[in-house]
Amino acid sequence: MKNRDTTSGHALEDWNRPPVFETEGEGELLEVSMGPHHPSTHGVFRMDVALDGERVVKLKPVFGYLHRNHEQIGQSSSYLASMPYTDRLDYFCSLSNNWAYALAVEKLVGQAVPERAEYIRVITAELTRVQNHASAIGFLIQEMGASGTPLMYAFREREKILDLFESLTGSRMMCNYMRFGGCRVDPSPAWLDATRKVVAGLPQFVDEFENLLSGNEILMARTQGVGVLRPELAVNAGITGPMLRGSGVNYDIRKVDHYGIYDRFKFRVPLGDHGDIFDRYMVRILEMRESIKILEQALKEVPAGPIMDPKAKIRGFRPKPGEAYGRIEAPKGELGFYLISDGSPNPYRYRVRPPSLINLTVLEDMCLGHNVADVVLIFGSVDIVLGEVDR
Amino acid sequence: MVSKLDQIFVLLKHWIVGFLPHVLQPAAGVLLSVVCIIGVFPALFAISVLLERKGLGRMQNRYGPNRVGPYGILQPVADGIKALTKEDIVPTAADHVVHFIAPVSMVAVVFMGFAVLPMGRNMTLVHMDAALLFYFAMGASTEVSVFMAGWSSRNKYSLLGAMRAVAQMISYEVPLLLSSVAVVMATGSLSLDNIVEVQNNYTFGLPHWYIFTPWGLAGFVLYAIAATAETNRSPFDLPEGESELVAGYFTEYSGFKFAEFFLAEYVGMLSISGLGATLFLGGWSAPFAFLQFVPSWIWFFSKVMLSICVMIWLRGTLPRLRQDQLMNFAWKFVIPFTLLNLVDVVVWRFMGEGWARWIVCSAILVIAYVAMARIGMRNRKIAPRSYRYAE
Amino acid sequence: MLGEGILKGLAETARNFAGSFVSKERLTTVEYPEERLPLPEASRNFPFLVYDGPNWEKGLRCVACQICEKECPPKCIYIEKSKDKKPDFVGKPQIYPAKFDIDISVCMSCQICVEVCPFEAIKMDTEFELSTDDRFGGLLLDRKQLARSNEYYHTIHPTEASQVDAKLAEEKAKAEAKAKTDAAAKAKAAADAAAKAAAAPPKAPEGGTGTPTPAAAKPRDTEPKQAAPEKPSDPAKAASQAEPKGEPKTGGD
Repeated sequence: MKNRDTTSGHALEDWNRPPVFETEGEGELLEVSMGPHHPSTHGVFRMDVALDGERVVKLKPVFGYLHRNHEQIGQSSSYLASMPYTDRLDYFCSLSNNWAYALAVEKLVGQAVPERAEYIRVITAELTRVQNHASAIGFLIQEMGASGTPLMYAFREREKILDLFESLTGSRMMCNYMRFGGCRVDPSPAWLDATRKVVAGLPQFVDEFENLLSGNEILMARTQGVGVLRPELAVNAGITGPMLRGSGVNYDIRKVDHYGIYDRFKFRVPLGDHGDIFDRYMVRILEMRESIKILEQALKEVPAGPIMDPKAKIRGFRPKPGEAYGRIEAPKGELGFYLISDGSPNPYRYRVRPPSLINLTVLEDMCLGHNVADVVLIFGSVDIVLGEVDR
Repeated sequence: MVSKLDQIFVLLKHWIVGFLPHVLQPAAGVLLSVVCIIGVFPALFAISVLLERKGLGRMQNRYGPNRVGPYGILQPVADGIKALTKEDIVPTAADHVVHFIAPVSMVAVVFMGFAVLPMGRNMTLVHMDAALLFYFAMGASTEVSVFMAGWSSRNKYSLLGAMRAVAQMISYEVPLLLSSVAVVMATGSLSLDNIVEVQNNYTFGLPHWYIFTPWGLAGFVLYAIAATAETNRSPFDLPEGESELVAGYFTEYSGFKFAEFFLAEYVGMLSISGLGATLFLGGWSAPFAFLQFVPSWIWFFSKVMLSICVMIWLRGTLPRLRQDQLMNFAWKFVIPFTLLNLVDVVVWRFMGEGWARWIVCSAILVIAYVAMARIGMRNRKIAPRSYRYAE
Repeated sequence: MLGEGILKGLAETARNFAGSFVSKERLTTVEYPEERLPLPEASRNFPFLVYDGPNWEKGLRCVACQICEKECPPKCIYIEKSKDKKPDFVGKPQIYPAKFDIDISVCMSCQICVEVCPFEAIKMDTEFELSTDDRFGGLLLDRKQLARSNEYYHTIHPTEASQVDAKLAEEKAKAEAKAKTDAAAKAKAAADAAAKAAAAPPKAPEGGTGTPTPAAAKPRDTEPKQAAPEKPSDPAKAASQAEPKGEPKTGGD
């Protein structure tokens, strides 16, 4: 029992002890393990931090506390049965996850999607983006110590969007709405009207949010210059999403891949210049505004028609052998699904590219030299969800 | 009749004390006042705790506690019962004697400050010539208790938290005193009774409160900042922030001892608000001459509760400052500004009556503020930014 | 840069504070359990089995085809077919589930069982206050606990239930029309055969053609009382065997 080795070469009993860092120079380093029970780690996540006084010298993220064998389950269930599991990957943005998976499967079999379904997909994805960014900013400010006021405002708006999701799909968060070839339920005109009303109230909310936060000197003092991510490092590490755009790299999959019908809408991609926390925060706020623009355009021109391709199969779905990689611009970054099919009803290989996990790989580089209080903020600005990191 | 209402507590005290033999009367009078203070201020503490929770709730679009009693007014009672019935856990490695004394000493010392506050006409417990000096001496003693708490826990994180808290409190003692010195210079006396008497005059129905002078307004703002930092309230509550690494100097305290720290913090808030009201807001004097029929003690307590409301408002809005930013702010901004304020008072005194001194004093302060703010921001490269969009 | 950001923030908070006394938008708390928000019609929680008519055993629409068991992602449904056939709500003998257990502590409310059921027998309920203190069996619902009437279905999902009723009535009408033409053809054939020598005994399922007639007399019934789905009668008619086996091939659902 004592010498049971794992693939990483450590004995199994040592996994829970914070590592001892070798000290360079005089003085010892204070090793601290932040988490997994911690009020600000966004879920069960641990960071082994070595401190020299107050400055961070080494940081090692430890995750896996929420591993639920998502990919293994995907490989032993049928394609349709994996759809509700994708809801639970990034549980804040279930409709985006659904779309990414549906996109991957549709690529695999070459399935077309009717117009109306594409519009509804865009509408739900952008609503998801708005509520995700609002909550992410709310959590960031909560960690800064504003006793939760911006978080409550963000959640007030999020409730309205979740009510829309509930009346459309039946569930607030675990929507299970997209299917291969369209969407499951046709939204009624009443739902579209309710959505228009909610979207009409969103710009005022973003203004209120900005009034409360963006000019705040304390916020600026705590976030400007902290957690800088250089663009070369970001590109080399495969970072995507608002983190990448906050560092100034122009890469938005909606513009690069032209998936769905995003080409029909006019929207801009905001970029930051410094790559610090303030830039990522502002990029998220500006992206919220752009999403509201897309929503307004899309809601004006939703066409009538079938919501699902009538020839699409749901049960007894056996794609021909082949592989496909479908990716979308999820609110957290590039969410991709890689599927290999061997002709059977279950995929041979089902792999998720989780944006949160890949964005976390540069956490140490961003945190070196900062205080512990800043580590918490930098971690909050990466905006992760543990369901996605650990799958 | 009006003056009877104003002096009702004094008259009551004399009546009760009249029943005792002559020899015992002075001692009995003092004892009675002390008992009143010990009864009234914890009641105000209960009210302010409730006010804080409900006020924060309303700012965050929710009710505060409203289940225990109508509108939740019995919530402090429930909290008290909870604190009293919790198990008192003391770590075995802790220094038991010091661990016990720390909260008790903090509570005892914090009540001493009330001895010199004039809570109404003729309602000061002890008339001292150097009342302000006594008050600050008592106020500084709380820092010893904080350090005792951190030291006795034998926990390196608590010790770190205690050291930070003590550093913060010591740094902000200086602006607290210096802004009061401005008032002393204007009045010419250290006695709080004199300070209130001088402010109790009216010109055209408007009072002579010090806050209505340029140096008084600046002094009040600086006093407010220092008072918020002294009592470890947001935005200066890093030592007790929950999302930081060190959970604060009272990590190892549970149950009643924790309640004692809590009591000491809030009574400290009440006490320092009382002093601020006395120094800058005119103590027990009414805001307009025609309102003098309202009893003086009502004015005093209203001003104290108003200050508490402002502190709650600040807590609900502002994020926390980081420790080094806090100290920077104290030593590089607040203290120079208080020194400038002293110069301003001198200019005010020596320019004699008239409108010229208003303009000169205000100009000095405004120019200095703008200059220091600009320099400070430029040094730290903190500025509002504009963002570009990709093409 | 001079502190006006902080002042703007304070003004915003003050506006919310004042607004919370005045407008509902600024105080969004719902005091559960005294106040409950009405759930939207589409909301779903855990499945239930629909039955027609007053008797839950007789009117259960489920025919134990086990499609939902196969498609359920976390495999929380457990079905055992009956060995015998029991007359259903319309009187037609068909197999029924002897056991139909759903473990709602495993169920993830994904609604796939509803989507794939060809008989409109399982639908989603909206009840969520289902906590129990029985650790082991409290959340394992059996057939009796899962059965709810069609009237109940109409109260929780009115539009959906009306659509389902319309669809079933349509199928029934089609099946009846087909049965009528078949009966007419058969009668003609029987008459022809009888005109010849000894006629073969009439096929047993003809008994089924008699019963739809009284039901067909009220086709426009808005009451949600209706016959059991007619689909199993087709393979039964074709095969005329005693066990309509397994799933009808509904690949294109």
